[in-house]
Amino acid sequence: MQFSTSCSPFTPANTSVNQLMRQVLIALLPALGTMFWLFGYTVLLQLLLSSITALLAEALCLWLRKRPIKVHLFDLSALITAALLALAIPTIAPWWISVSGTLFAIIIAKQVYGGLGYNPFNPAMAGYVFLLISFPQQMTAWQSPFLFLPLSDSLQLIFSGHLVIDGLSSATILDHIKTQLSLGLSLTGIQSSALFGNIAGKGWELISLAYLLGGLWLLYRKVISSHIPVAVLSGLAIPTSIHYLLDTGSANSALFQLLSGASLCAAFFIATDPVSAATSNSGRLIYGILIGLLIYIIRTWGGYPDAIAFAVLLANLSAPAIDFYTHPKPLKQQL
Amino acid sequence: MIKQWKFPGGIALGDHKQTTEIRDTALPAELIYPLLQRSDCYATATVYPGERVLKGQVIATQKKPLTTPVHAASSGVIKEIAPHLIAHPSGLTDSCIVIETDGLDEALPANPCLDYHLETAENLRIKIAQAGIVGLGGAAFPTAEKLQALQPIHTLIINGAECEPYISCDASLIGSHAQQVVQGALIMQYILQAERCIIAIENNMPATLQALHEATSQESIQIVSVPAIYPTGGEKQLIKVLTGKKIPANSLPTDHGVVCQNVGTAFAVYQAIIQGIPLTERIITITGKGINHPGNLRVKIGTPIKYLIEQCGGYSQNIQRLIMGGPMMGIALSSDDIAVIKATNCLLGMTNNELAESQSAMPCIRCGDCSTVCPAELLPQQLYWYGRSGQLEQCQDYQLFDCIECGCCDIVCPSHIPLVQSFRSSKGELIIKEKQAAQAQLAKKRYQNQQQRREKEQQDKIAKAAKRQAAIDKIKAAAAKRKTQGV
Amino acid sequence: MLFLCVFFALLGLGLGYAARYLKVQGEPLVEQIDALLPQTQCGQCKYPGCRPYAQAIVDETAEINQCPPGGEETIAALANLLGVATQPLNAEFGETNAPAVAFIIEQDCIGCVKCIPPCPVDAILGASKQMHTVIASECTGCELCIAPCPVDCIIMRPLAPPPGQWQWTTHHD
Repeated sequence: MQFSTSCSPFTPANTSVNQLMRQVLIALLPALGTMFWLFGYTVLLQLLLSSITALLAEALCLWLRKRPIKVHLFDLSALITAALLALAIPTIAPWWISVSGTLFAIIIAKQVYGGLGYNPFNPAMAGYVFLLISFPQQMTAWQSPFLFLPLSDSLQLIFSGHLVIDGLSSATILDHIKTQLSLGLSLTGIQSSALFGNIAGKGWELISLAYLLGGLWLLYRKVISSHIPVAVLSGLAIPTSIHYLLDTGSANSALFQLLSGASLCAAFFIATDPVSAATSNSGRLIYGILIGLLIYIIRTWGGYPDAIAFAVLLANLSAPAIDFYTHPKPLKQQL
Repeated sequence: MIKQWKFPGGIALGDHKQTTEIRDTALPAELIYPLLQRSDCYATATVYPGERVLKGQVIATQKKPLTTPVHAASSGVIKEIAPHLIAHPSGLTDSCIVIETDGLDEALPANPCLDYHLETAENLRIKIAQAGIVGLGGAAFPTAEKLQALQPIHTLIINGAECEPYISCDASLIGSHAQQVVQGALIMQYILQAERCIIAIENNMPATLQALHEATSQESIQIVSVPAIYPTGGEKQLIKVLTGKKIPANSLPTDHGVVCQNVGTAFAVYQAIIQGIPLTERIITITGKGINHPGNLRVKIGTPIKYLIEQCGGYSQNIQRLIMGGPMMGIALSSDDIAVIKATNCLLGMTNNELAESQSAMPCIRCGDCSTVCPAELLPQQLYWYGRSGQLEQCQDYQLFDCIECGCCDIVCPSHIPLVQSFRSSKGELIIKEKQAAQAQLAKKRYQNQQQRREKEQQDKIAKAAKRQAAIDKIKAAAAKRKTQGV
Repeated sequence: MLFLCVFFALLGLGLGYAARYLKVQGEPLVEQIDALLPQTQCGQCKYPGCRPYAQAIVDETAEINQCPPGGEETIAALANLLGVATQPLNAEFGETNAPAVAFIIEQDCIGCVKCIPPCPVDAILGASKQMHTVIASECTGCELCIAPCPVDCIIMRPLAPPPGQWQWTTHHD
């Protein structure tokens, strides 16, 4: 009897890209749920917009590049980019914000470089920075938390832009602190503002906790290793704490920094993107600390209140160099 | 209980093992013996077609000392020495000796030894070599060579850790012949003068452990059960687990005072020394969903696989691959018209459900899981990139040749990249390049020699001609002189 | 200004001398080129051997694409060494064939010894009126012995590796 042959091992692999990506998507659900509860249908519409755009753009690029569309479209990586971007942009931004951001992320930041596995930058963050630089006005007007918008209002807001609701948008807490501090106000005064919740931004701290929950689940499922999240969080928390101890007047506590903006999302979902991160364990620690430090530096002295996207892109840039110096190159062992 | 260490990397695999009673197989009509022993190492036939051979008679041998001959596993007539499919990943044919058995199973007289302590270690080693014993774990390295250590040996490890799924031939051998395995281990310990002897088995085999404990109640042998993490049965991995020593890639365990032998080898040594019979049989696991009646069989080496499968009730309907060895490191056979060799520990019939789906590989997403599980502490990802881009020197720098091809990286790769295949191919390219370079060097040398020789010939010719001319001139001059004087 | 001129002139002189006297003494270029050639000594490049061809490349009287046995790989290696652009093999000099060795059909051989002198690596054994044979392991496959044979008893046999030398391959996309 004749048989077909192949190379060992014959046992099937115990994981797949699709499976990993699916778990990341599942881990984003708590954050999505929290945002839905805080903001209403706007966040779902943004997600839908960016997802459809991402899949269409990915399919188009794959078709142009003559790659198997079915295989690569269902690796779900485009959906993750879309989801991260949709959760990062203001929920009340007009529709063309998420569409153009997603197009930039998928086409320029991912497919032009060769698609999944070859992109030097995190596509979602590249898309975010593109939007932030191009449309600063739309990208900084955030919907006020606990203002649940029903479907009809959300549709009207995102697609026509004509909806007048009192107190629809408000500054994020990081933004608020930045402007108030520049006006010479003291931190304690700012902290009594209505934007403040228990520790950080009102409502926002819950979203951060939801990201933490999803991230811990990813760690438990071994989808991500703990190196990058731990490094990012300590890279942010340690200098913040030192700063806080030295200058209680204008510096925020580490806990505040961790729960503000997208720190936890970055630590568990953005920095852990393996394609654009460093690969060795020691390299990942350096990479993570670099992101944390950059977040601290940009938040403290930089022009932008939240710094995740810039910090991640700068670290992406240095990942090859980090890899080069941290690869435990197996040396010829002597007897 | 002795202290245990952990080896780097490795993964836990489902075991799929069934330890069953060893079944005997009937005598096949033909026995086939390839002359290729190990990679690029051939034996020479010592018999001629038409000659009658007895069971245990040497039919092929190698010239070097302590190399192992091939013995006939039953009596019969040499039918031919001709190309035949062999158990090799290439699916190529190569010279094989074919014996037509006569059913008498007539054996050469055995040469038993009552007390091996009366023999010198050297004599025992020669006996082991002459009995044709090679490592039965799969590598088929001559056992006698391994027992000839230049350094004093402190630890002898008998490897009963069958870490690959499905394979249970060593476990069933211990189950039915624990006493003999222990005796074989003691003989090897005597040859090596090793301070201690450890028999290691995986901790998911309680019955085997029990059998060993009963057999060793009197002896000084330590029984150790090691965690069932693949590839703990790899020689270097097991040594790391049991002694904490890391054997560097460019050295052998013997350089570090450790020798590792397989359980089946220990049994073969017992048979060779105490009973005085050469290695002509071994235990083979025939299993997998593609086989109707799986089990552990006592098989004459040289038996065609087709015949063994018939003895196991044939193939089930949806068999897809026939594998010699385990599912992680075995080789896929193109046909069952191939004979089992000394190194065959398992025949695995895999169906579509058990097999890796043949889906196209995705791009590498640099997750780094491959280097986490690599037991050789390599960077499979780097090796893959360098191999892919043809940077073979870089591959060598990253210690490509330390790769044991265990397949751990393939199993954890989310992108399903055939990493082991890529590494084998890079290794192959490097080996071919090296051979070509050597060939070119040889040709250059021979060409230069020829050039020099021809140049010398030319010069000799010129010198000779000049000499002759000089002689002629001399004679002419003399004649001229005579002429002038004479006139 | 004058001072600067003198200073830089001195620096320039220094650099010039440094370049000349501190030059790293590598292997002569001709040796390096020769090491990259396949050493078949087949003469298809129109030079009497690999070494003369290497010399011709150094003298710039020959192109780097004249070696059919080496093929694209050798051209690439030479281009890399010499820092020039690769070029396709010049078909005028022949095509790259699969590796092969000469084989003498022994029943046809008349023992004329005509094939022995052309062999660049002394790989043919034989004496006058005796049957000749090719030492396969020494043969470079140069085909120089084929033309002189008066009875056409020399053929080229493709070099198929035995299983012991077989290697895995893969097709990278």
